[in-house]
Amino acid sequence: MQLISCPWCGPREEAEYHYGGQAHVAYPHEVGALSDADWAHYLFFRDNPRGPFAERWVHAAGCRRWFNAVRDTGTHEILAVYRIGEPQPELGRQASR
Amino acid sequence: MTRLPTGGLIDRTTVLSFTFDGRPYAGHPGDTLASALLANGVHRVATSVNRGRPRGIMAAGVEEASALVQLEAPFPEPMLSATTIELYEGLVARGLPGRGTLADRPDPGRYDAMHVHCDVLVVGAGPAGLMAALTAARAGSRVALVDDQPMVGGSLLGTRGELSDWSASVLAELTSTPEVLVLSRTTAFGYYDDGFVLALQKRTDHLGAAAPDNAARQRIWRIRAKQVILATGAHERPVVFADNDRPGVMLAQAGRTYLNRYGVLAGNRIVVFTTNDSAYVAAVELAEAGAEVTVVDPRTDLAPFWAAECARVGIAVRPGHLVTGTTGEERVTGVHLAAYPSGGASATVHCDLLLVSGGWNPTVHLFSQAGGKLEYDAELGAFLPVAGLPGAGVLGAGVLGVRVSGAAAGAVSLADCLAGGAAEAVAALSDLGVAARPVASPPVGTDRVETAGLVLWAAPVEISLDGSDLSDTRFVDLQRDATVSDVLRATGAGLRSVEHVKRYTTIGTAHDQGKTSGLIASGITADALGVDIADLGTTTFRPPYTSVSFAALAGRDRGAIFDPVRVTAIHPWHIEHGAQFEDVGQWKRPLCYPRRTASGGLEDLPAVVARETRAARTGVAMMDGSTLGKINVQGVDAGEFLDRIYTNIISTLKPGFVRYAVMCGMDGMILDDGTVMRVADTEFVLTTTTGNAAKVLDWLEELAQTEWPDLRVHLTSVTEQWATIPVVGPLSRQVIAAVAPALDVSNEAFGFMTWRSAKIVGIEARICRISFSGELAYEVNVPSWYGIAVWQALFDAGQPYGITPYGTETMHVLRAEKGYPIIGQDTDGTVTPQDLGMSWVVSKKKLDFVGKRSFSRTENQRPDRKHLVGLLPVDRSVLLDEGAQVLADDDVSQLPVAMLGHVTSSYRSVALGGTFGLALVRSGRDRIGERLFAWQDGEVVPVTVTGPVLYDQEGARRDG
Amino acid sequence: MTGPTAVPEHPEFLWRNPEPKPFYDIVVVGGGGHGLATAYYLARNHGITNVAVLEKGWLAGGNMARNTTIIRSNYLWDESSAIYEHSLKLWEGLEEDLGYPILFSQRGVLNLAHSLQDVRDSVRRVNANRLNGVDAEWVDAAGVKELCPIVNISPDVRYPVLGATYQPRGGIAKHDYVAWGFARRADELGIDLIQNCAVTGLDVIGGKVVGVRTTRGDIATGKVALAAAGHSSVLASMVGLRLPIQSHPLQGLVSELLEPVHPTVVMSNAVHVYVSQAHKGELVMGAGIDSFNGYGQRGAFHIIERQMSAALELFPIFARAHLLRTWAGIVDTTPDASPIVGLTPIENLYLNCGWGTGGFKATPGVGWCFAHTVAHDKPHPYNAPFTLERFTSGALVDEHGAAAVAH
Ligand SMILES: Cc1cc2nc3c(=O)[nH]c(=O)nc-3n(C[C@H](O)[C@H](O)[C@H](O)COP(=O)(O)OP(=O)(O)OC[C@H]3O[C@@H](n4cnc5c(N)ncnc54)[C@H](O)[C@@H]3O)c2cc1C
Ligand SMILES: [Zn+2]
Repeated sequence: MQLISCPWCGPREEAEYHYGGQAHVAYPHEVGALSDADWAHYLFFRDNPRGPFAERWVHAAGCRRWFNAVRDTGTHEILAVYRIGEPQPELGRQASR
Repeated sequence: MTRLPTGGLIDRTTVLSFTFDGRPYAGHPGDTLASALLANGVHRVATSVNRGRPRGIMAAGVEEASALVQLEAPFPEPMLSATTIELYEGLVARGLPGRGTLADRPDPGRYDAMHVHCDVLVVGAGPAGLMAALTAARAGSRVALVDDQPMVGGSLLGTRGELSDWSASVLAELTSTPEVLVLSRTTAFGYYDDGFVLALQKRTDHLGAAAPDNAARQRIWRIRAKQVILATGAHERPVVFADNDRPGVMLAQAGRTYLNRYGVLAGNRIVVFTTNDSAYVAAVELAEAGAEVTVVDPRTDLAPFWAAECARVGIAVRPGHLVTGTTGEERVTGVHLAAYPSGGASATVHCDLLLVSGGWNPTVHLFSQAGGKLEYDAELGAFLPVAGLPGAGVLGAGVLGVRVSGAAAGAVSLADCLAGGAAEAVAALSDLGVAARPVASPPVGTDRVETAGLVLWAAPVEISLDGSDLSDTRFVDLQRDATVSDVLRATGAGLRSVEHVKRYTTIGTAHDQGKTSGLIASGITADALGVDIADLGTTTFRPPYTSVSFAALAGRDRGAIFDPVRVTAIHPWHIEHGAQFEDVGQWKRPLCYPRRTASGGLEDLPAVVARETRAARTGVAMMDGSTLGKINVQGVDAGEFLDRIYTNIISTLKPGFVRYAVMCGMDGMILDDGTVMRVADTEFVLTTTTGNAAKVLDWLEELAQTEWPDLRVHLTSVTEQWATIPVVGPLSRQVIAAVAPALDVSNEAFGFMTWRSAKIVGIEARICRISFSGELAYEVNVPSWYGIAVWQALFDAGQPYGITPYGTETMHVLRAEKGYPIIGQDTDGTVTPQDLGMSWVVSKKKLDFVGKRSFSRTENQRPDRKHLVGLLPVDRSVLLDEGAQVLADDDVSQLPVAMLGHVTSSYRSVALGGTFGLALVRSGRDRIGERLFAWQDGEVVPVTVTGPVLYDQEGARRDG
Repeated sequence: MTGPTAVPEHPEFLWRNPEPKPFYDIVVVGGGGHGLATAYYLARNHGITNVAVLEKGWLAGGNMARNTTIIRSNYLWDESSAIYEHSLKLWEGLEEDLGYPILFSQRGVLNLAHSLQDVRDSVRRVNANRLNGVDAEWVDAAGVKELCPIVNISPDVRYPVLGATYQPRGGIAKHDYVAWGFARRADELGIDLIQNCAVTGLDVIGGKVVGVRTTRGDIATGKVALAAAGHSSVLASMVGLRLPIQSHPLQGLVSELLEPVHPTVVMSNAVHVYVSQAHKGELVMGAGIDSFNGYGQRGAFHIIERQMSAALELFPIFARAHLLRTWAGIVDTTPDASPIVGLTPIENLYLNCGWGTGGFKATPGVGWCFAHTVAHDKPHPYNAPFTLERFTSGALVDEHGAAAVAH
């Protein structure tokens, strides 16, 4: 069970959170003008890398706030957490072991 | 009897009687079942699973691969190792032939879990662990020390009381230090992410039937540590030779432990077969205890110290030899020796105990689970934790806050273990920003490890006594009856990976999970393939380290608290009035209120529903709708927010009004529906379906926070704050008028889809003119606290009109007669509002809302999508099955049959004078009037397609 | 070997360990069950044998080695039941076809219903199955008890068992034996099984795939068939292809060997647990996926604790059974819980993925269809609905919502 730092509450057990998938997937502008394929990409296609991944979590059993994290999907190591609206931090270290 | 008159850590003043394989025996507190059996001269304890060979006790701890037993009393428990069961009065057990037996009665045991947060977790209370814990404790850190034995000391417990005073004083200091937690009988069995270690504490097992009923028998400790120090020691490993599975063949350290800890001399004529110096101390101590001991050692350059010791106590030493096989049936009677490495049979030595040491395997399970890397050490013949990663220590190794020390890190001497434990603690504390000094090690003598060990996995077959192929009895994994020849078959079959060999041979998959056999299998495989074991590696160390009962893991989350039961404020009334309940999500909802019939029985469901629906359609009825999800939405942008959420426009709703609304997912499929009440310019209350309340709140919060953080809107669940009571039927107005005399209940003053505040028995209520039945209806909302009082007031006021409480089943019938869908029953995540015939609820004006873009995808434009329609069985006495499939044809002789859709809802209706159903049917709206067929469990029921609204199509009844 | 827990021995010879050749007509990436079955059927059904299966680790060491081996075909939608039923029919002849004792045991599969809506969904699925030619029955709680006497059908438990769907032809098989059976036959037919060979890149020229780069050198090829399960997104991203797939940990576990108590397979989606007792006697159990994306083959422990609670609700008799070993695989989930099998926008590159928590049962069926797809550059009718394009058109095969049965 991962220990995840809520940017509002501090470190809490993974069981207090719900996962929200890839972060920074903006709702498209002018959806009406979007092709079906582009809309499908917004709806269903998400990055799924092995290694650092900017993703969303919500502190469901805590402050109920959404936030972003960069977590290594290979090691489960959390490299950064940041609030919604804050830019994704630059990361020194990359690659999953 | 093989119990010595003195010695050991057992309490000889108390005698415990126990039964094994039907025979009575006696032992003492401090014994394990294994030591007590050995004390009684019992060596054979089990039978091998596939080959039926006698099996004995080969270890003194969790690495036991052979002595598996079934507990029968005080309560049956399958497959435990005799070496880990503490003896208690009345224990009944039997040896297992491979498979355990589950009890046929409920387990009376209690189980629970505790959470611990600490700075430093030390696993293992041997010399390294004690030093680590003490160093951390003296630095003022919050320390947890766990150890699987009933007392601290670890490997010291198998010695002649070495450092026993020191261990006791450390324990005393630790237990008296605030913020230090010492848990004995507690096995750390798994390392999960970020310093999370799971441990199982056996709290009362050692008490047998005397265990208190009210105490948790076993407890799971969920330990979250900033730093973990693994001082888990090492397991001795055997050497494989022919017939190495006989009872009386044991690890050397086990023989020593039985002697020193339990006062049991497990044999009188003992052969000690060792490839390294560590077993000599066992040989000497056993000889001093009175046994006739022969040491067989393949090395020729024996350590002078040990040679002298052996000579001193009269041990015959056979250097340059090894054991190639044994004799005996129920117990070993002798060993065959051969010269090493030249080969050639040399002798047979009689014995009744054969102790074996092939070296030591550091216990790296938790380290490996933490992601730590292992590297082969050719000198020790073992895989050791790799240092150098962040958090790595000096002697030991580590990964991000996990350090290994002592024998687990490959340390051999006691002095190194002690110093290593302290050093790792200092390093761990320094990572926490705490400057600490290592505590001083207690004085110890020099360890007599003088000559390098020989790494030998198996005695070569070529040099066996008579040259015959004995490889078929050279057991690598005793429990799985798997031998060297099985490994060779695997490599011969083309297998090159240890994981494949494991699966081909099943080595390492039994109860002990290969603690002694895994590495040997790797070694034999490497030799067979001519590759370096360092490259071949080992199989993965999977949790749990030792077995854990299901019940312990389930803990308290069983029965009623498996999942919280939610009940409404009015629940006690429902119980009092004989309601039958239905599980809807976590809620208990009244399904119906059966009455006693004239004959004294209870009404059946059709009869109740007929009565309840009749009351709602012709008189007045009431239900508890409190489980509806309710979300309070506030903020200056609340209207805009809801416009984006719902398919229809909400922002134009005026305070005092209510609107039905539908929300979709981004994919355009219906997610939920409900009503939206505008309380004030900046405040709304939405309702959701009962089962979806949490999901909808999650979804709205997600959108509010992540998509539209610019909108000023706040969401609060108020499901449990409000009790909701629909009062339904042509006479409902009278009832409301009676309880709220100040309220003008006329249609003109209080129209459909509006709401008013009013006082009912002094309680401020919000009353909505909404209807889920098509009848004149009022939905009364009051704070939950007053729910039951207001319910009672309504019930009382309704008495003159025969007010009838009704449950979910009647609600379903009433709404279905009107063609109102239930989300989740008439929809399944593949249904759009248009499919339900509710295009009217989808705004054409709004530029965008959640799901809008998806409506125009090709699949959603198809003319032959499934539509919600009504179905009337031609024979109106036949009830359709919910879940019946709808066919165009009644010929089903050719499978597969094309299906048009399925029946989503089906009821008997008093109002409609017969049965009816709702269904999702391909091109359903274009088929109205057509004859179709419902297929249910082999029966074909002709039906006529209708529109979904079957009752009061003009909507004449809603105003009463 | 004999004895109560003995299982048939593996053959004396399984496969060669060849060096990779510079060129293959077809390269299959991923030596799991699907890759191996695809290779076998390429040779058996289409006579194509200049084929390599490239596996980054040891053969069938991914999900194939980690799954709980439930086999059934009682899926809701026509498209799904067609391909899974095709697979089940192949299972029924597989032992003979492969000449390998795969321990296929048709002991029946029960999917429990715990709420009235579960009952409706179950009845719907049973009726659909039967009209699709799939054996299925609805059984009430007493019927559940008859089929599996250890299930607690008391109305007093938190979520009582209201009944179940039952597929008598469903069951389990032994995963390694299945994989090795396919591998051995493929090897016999001349296909190269190459282990410790990770594909690190795909060479595309003019919109056409022409080769793969691997840790054991570059290999030129006519066609590439991806069968990498949880790693599919990583491979697809090598050619800039995005997939509607998320990779999650899925955990499994076993108990010690126990005397037979559990004659069938029981799955409960509502309380999240499924259990069978394997041939040797161990209880094999699984639950739902871990919520987060993960390639670590490691899940969280609270998932297992929860699953134990659920198991004991249904099977109080398991209280003192012991957890012996846990593990996790990496499952490739899709938005509609159905697989993706077919062509890709890149010529000669074929995709088989998205089987998520339930692809073991599909092994022979998808091997058959995927081989056909690759050989003919055209989907087999059974996998034709499972295109990548369905996510654009919206023609999903949603086995999530209505069917809501995983594995
Ligand atoms: C715990 C668990 C329980 C399950 N239970 C069931 C069940 O009861 N019933 C059921 O039907 N299904 C079940 N499944 C799902 C089933 O296991 C999978 O759907 C199925 O095994 C996937 O196909 P596969 O066998 O080809 O996958 P895998 O065995 O995962 O094969 C993919 C292979 O690709 C290799 N690979 C990846 N990347 C590369 C690369 N770059 N180069 C070379 N090789 C690569 C991997 O190493 C791997 O061996 C379960 C899965 C898990 C994890
Ligand atoms: Zn928080």
